[in-house]
Amino acid sequence: MTSPGLARPAGGSAAGEFTTAEFTTAELTAVRADFPLLTRTLRDGRRLVYLDSGATAQKPQVVIDAELDFYTRTNAAVHRGAHQLAEEATDAFERARHQVAAFVGAHDDEIVWTQSSTAALNLVAYGIGNATAGRGGAAAQRFVLAPGDELVVTVAEHHANLVPWQELAARSGAVLRWVDLDDTGRLRLDQLDDVVTDRTRVVAFTHVSNVTGAITPVAPFVAAARRVGALTVLDASQSVPHLPVDLHRLDVDFAAFTGHKMLGPTGVGALYGRRELLQALPPVTTGGSMVEVVTMESATYAPPPQRFEAGTQMVAQAVALGVAAEYLAELGMDRVAAHDQHLAALLLDAVVDLPGVRVIGPTDMSDRLATVSVDVDGVHAHDVGQMLDAAGVAVRVGHHCAQPLHRRFGVTATTRASASVYTTADDVAAFAEALSGVRRFFGVA
Amino acid sequence: MEQLYQQVILDHARHPHGRGPLDPEAEGAATVAAGHGACSARSHQVNPTCGDEVTLEVSLDRTGTTPLVTDVRWEGQGCSISQASVSVLHDLVVGSDLPAVDHVAATFRELLATRGAGLDDEAAEDLLGDANAFTGVGKFPARVKCALLGWVALTDALVRTGVRGEDR
Repeated sequence: MTSPGLARPAGGSAAGEFTTAEFTTAELTAVRADFPLLTRTLRDGRRLVYLDSGATAQKPQVVIDAELDFYTRTNAAVHRGAHQLAEEATDAFERARHQVAAFVGAHDDEIVWTQSSTAALNLVAYGIGNATAGRGGAAAQRFVLAPGDELVVTVAEHHANLVPWQELAARSGAVLRWVDLDDTGRLRLDQLDDVVTDRTRVVAFTHVSNVTGAITPVAPFVAAARRVGALTVLDASQSVPHLPVDLHRLDVDFAAFTGHKMLGPTGVGALYGRRELLQALPPVTTGGSMVEVVTMESATYAPPPQRFEAGTQMVAQAVALGVAAEYLAELGMDRVAAHDQHLAALLLDAVVDLPGVRVIGPTDMSDRLATVSVDVDGVHAHDVGQMLDAAGVAVRVGHHCAQPLHRRFGVTATTRASASVYTTADDVAAFAEALSGVRRFFGVA
Repeated sequence: MEQLYQQVILDHARHPHGRGPLDPEAEGAATVAAGHGACSARSHQVNPTCGDEVTLEVSLDRTGTTPLVTDVRWEGQGCSISQASVSVLHDLVVGSDLPAVDHVAATFRELLATRGAGLDDEAAEDLLGDANAFTGVGKFPARVKCALLGWVALTDALVRTGVRGEDR
């Protein structure tokens, strides 16, 4: 494996404090050289300006090579078979788990491979549902829901961290409650004491909004949940790719994140679960590879993480995700975060003063990422996106799987620019330039 | 951009035809008899990828040999392509009988399927009128759905009127 484009800076990461310098021009050029897709051009030879990393990030060559190399040299079934290839494949698979666990401050056996963040969040919700249905024995009693128990979410959630809880509430008789956003796009922490009650059993919340880029202060949510003995479930899909994340320090019970947003492949994500909780949670998907003894009548289950990994796993993708985590770690997540902060400031500067353009979410620089969604007065987001596409600027338009958040701000769709490690000031300038011409083109300015 | 957003489309989007308040009495009811030989029905369609919505109500006169579209009213929100398309739909179908409506709807779908090449058929071009401006939309598969949103609502609303069964 080759090293990423820049040397690892001295010093460790400091979660929440981005005092480290952003990438220098030379460093950023070197990082970009690691991403082959960035060199392609679009229609009419236009330069690609990729500002849709919040939807999915591009992949460095080392990640692409890792997947290719696994199939070329190592491919075999893992955790079964006694031949050399099976051993090597299993080693690669478990090494990836270690790389990813270390990256987010977890023990190896606290990381369960899933298909995506969505699958990880559903695993928790369905695991609790299975406990409520009487599965999992005495150990799973701690998860059992009674009618009238409460599940707490927030208005900022991606549908992936909302709909599974709606479904769990519907199946169990639990009641769904939520924390609102204020007009600036920050979560109403003042509501926590009212919304989180003695009946609350789960508090599920996003670490970073995929629409506004606002970072949630995790500690008040964890404290509110702890006070009443509720479980915390963190959607870390948007934070793990951009911030130093230490799940043990954050002290959440479960967390979900996905590979493809953190420079890794599609088809692989992870569920983090505190060790003793994973040991108590009943399985969700059952079948091969997750059992100990199977008779015609029943089965006993393997300890976590295997208990939650039934069937053939996404081995090549997991191996490549391990390499993606290592790539990010070598860049240094404190520097990645500093780069992201730098771009957030540039993005906000580019849009706040544009006439007829309204930022959905915080316009201050504290606790936010380089994800900026805007509403253009008089022009629908799809039309904005088309105009940007004509200039080679790739952004996301629509509701970004967060309809309640959009409804909260009285819009149905927005235009979102989101950055990653390879995003440059030139990218932001191209976005601003194209965006500034939109209202004129559509005859509303 | 200019190929996709013809002036005709921008004009329709800014000053849409047939857009206006729907009959509040009809809300919730699939079919409403609105007098002797007349009926109306509405359909609500959503494009789940962007949240665009249209609620379209079609009114028919059933006194003749074939049902006649007497009015199309609609409400909705969405991109200029989807909004302009419903406006053009209004102009094309109001006053037409059902076979003519089916024909123009089918021709419009064919146009969008040409990936921007156009139908190369003078009769079709005459028939489509302002809808010819949507030729360029076919080049952008992601936007074809936008252009069809209102037409899907029309198809559904016509089924809901119940007249489809009658002419068979």
